[in-house]
Amino acid sequence: MSDLLSLDLAAARDALANKEVSSTELTDAYLQAMEASANLNCYVTTTADKARAMAGEADARLASGNALPLDGIPLGIKDLFCTQGVLTTAGSHILDGFKPEYESTVTGNLWRDGAVMLGKLNMDEFAMGSANVTSYYGPVESPWKRKDGGNARLVPGGSSGGSASAVAARLAVAATGTDTGGSIRQPGSFCGIVGMKPTYGRCSRWGVVAFASSLDQAGPLTRTVRDAAIMLKSMAGHDPKDSTSADLAVPDFEAALTGNVRGMRIGIPKEYRIDGMPGEIETLWTRGIEMMRDAGAEIVDISLPHTKYALPTYYIIAPAEASSNLARYDGVRYGLRVEGDTLDEMYAKTRGEGFGPEVKRRVMIGTYVLSAGYYDAYYLKAQRVRALIKRDFDQAFESVDTILTPTAPSDAFAIGENDDDPIKMYLNDVFTVPASLTGLPGISVPVGLSDRGLPLGLQLIGKLFDEESVFRAAGALETAAGFTARPTGGQ
Amino acid sequence: MSLDKATVTQIAHLARIEVEDAQLETMVGELNNILSWIEQLNEVDTDGVAPLASVTGHALPLRADAVGDGAYPDRVLANAPDRAMDFYSVPKVVE
Repeated sequence: MSDLLSLDLAAARDALANKEVSSTELTDAYLQAMEASANLNCYVTTTADKARAMAGEADARLASGNALPLDGIPLGIKDLFCTQGVLTTAGSHILDGFKPEYESTVTGNLWRDGAVMLGKLNMDEFAMGSANVTSYYGPVESPWKRKDGGNARLVPGGSSGGSASAVAARLAVAATGTDTGGSIRQPGSFCGIVGMKPTYGRCSRWGVVAFASSLDQAGPLTRTVRDAAIMLKSMAGHDPKDSTSADLAVPDFEAALTGNVRGMRIGIPKEYRIDGMPGEIETLWTRGIEMMRDAGAEIVDISLPHTKYALPTYYIIAPAEASSNLARYDGVRYGLRVEGDTLDEMYAKTRGEGFGPEVKRRVMIGTYVLSAGYYDAYYLKAQRVRALIKRDFDQAFESVDTILTPTAPSDAFAIGENDDDPIKMYLNDVFTVPASLTGLPGISVPVGLSDRGLPLGLQLIGKLFDEESVFRAAGALETAAGFTARPTGGQ
Repeated sequence: MSLDKATVTQIAHLARIEVEDAQLETMVGELNNILSWIEQLNEVDTDGVAPLASVTGHALPLRADAVGDGAYPDRVLANAPDRAMDFYSVPKVVE
C-alpha cells in the first residue's frame, strides 16, 4: 500500500480484511505520523506499546478469519474517556497523574470490536471551550492554514479539538469526541471532517468525565459519513451502569446510507439567519439547500421561535450541572492535592490551582445560579425555556424529517482571537446548542471552503433516536458537496 | 442585578475555589457580563410551562438495592494523593 494514512475507516477495514495491509503496519504508520506532527499538540498521551500490542492481537484474529467489526483500526481517544491504566486528564491540571482503574463503556465497546488505541487526545479543560485553548496541556493547532499565505496558527474548534485536528491531519483513522453544546460538530466544521453527536442516551456516559450530565453525549469524528456510521454502531448501546442510557437496539447505521433522500422533508429554520452572520455562511447554507433539493428532498420552511434563547439557557444549565459534577475534585481521592492547614483550605487551594480560568468561571456561575434565592430565577427559568425550545422542535418535526442549518457562525479563527470576552467565544455554539438542549442527534458535514480557504460545515438535525435519517441525509449532502480539500499541515 | 466583590468572594467560598485578590476584580466584571447576557431569558413568557429535566422522556430504571461490585480497596485507593491503611487521609478536621 502506497499511502496507508490516506485510507479512511471503511477503506482500512476492507484493506485489513483483504490482507492488503496488517494492523501492525497501519498502526506503525500512524505512530510515526503522530511523532512527525507533534507540533499540532493533538495528543496528550501516546500509547505506542499498547497500540502495537492491540494491533498484534487484531492481526492474529484477522489471520484466523475471526475478524471483529473494527479489527485493527487505529483510533484516537478524547482524553475525557477513562482508560484503564492510561493517564486520563480531561485537559485539566486537577487530574494530574490520574490513571483510572476502569475503562469507560464507550472505549470498552471499541476495544471489544477490535479497535486499536493510539493515544489520548487533547481537549478544552473539562470540555469547556470552543477553540481548544483552555487545555492545561496547551492549545491544539489545526492543520489548516488560511490561503493568504500568512502563517497564523488556527484553532481546531473545541472542545474535541485534539480529536478533530488529529483526524484532519491524518494522525488517527478516526477519533472519539464528546458533545455538550457543540463540541463534536463545531470542531468537525472547523477541520473539514464529519462530526456526529447522536441522541442523548445512545452512547453510555459511564466512565466519561462528567461536564453537564443532562447534555453530555459521546460520538465519532471521522473523515466520512460512512465512517461515522460504522464507528457509532460500535460506540453505542444500552449500558445498565448509565441510568440515562437508552434501552433500545442499535440500528445498522451504515445500512441507512442508501444515498436516497427522495421525498425526505428537510426543514430550514428561519431563526438561524442571525444578525451579523457572514455572507459566506448564508451562501453555503443556500448551496446546501439546493443540493438537497436537487437530490430529491422536499425543502420546507420552518420556525423554531425560541432559537435565540438557547445559548443563554445553555449557559445557565451547563454551568449549574458542571458546578455540581466538578465538586468531586477536592484533592482527596485522585489527582492534584495542594496542602492546606485545614480541610477547607486544602479544598480551596487545590481547586484554585487545579482549575483554569474558564472552568472557574463556569463553576462560579453554576454555584451562583443554584444558590439559595436564585435557583428559581435562573435554573428553573432556564429549564422552562428549555421546555419551550423542545416544543419548537416537536412541532417542527410534525412536518419535517430532518433540519438543515449551518454548523458554526464562522470559519476557524486564530489561536488568541476571541479570548478577550467569554461571551464572544460562547457564540460559536449558537447553531449547535439547540440540539444539545433537546437531546436531538446532529451531524456536521464538510460542504465548502470559506473566502479564506478554510472548511465550513453544515449541520443536519434529526428526531430523537432517528440517527438513520440523519445519516441518510448527511450521506446525500456529502456526495453532492464532494468536499475533497485537504489541509496543508499534518500528514 | 449586579454582583459586587463581596458576593463574588462568597460564591468563590461556596465553590471552594481560592481566588487571589488580584484576580477578583476581573472575575467580578466577567461574571456580571455573563449574568446580564443571560438575563435576556426574562423576556420569555414561561407561565404554566413545566421545567424540562429529561429530554428523551425515558423513565429512570429501578434496580435491586444490592451490592454488585466492590471489595478491592487497593484499586479504589490507587489514585489517592495520601492514604493510611484502607482510608483516604486528609488534614485533621476534629480537634
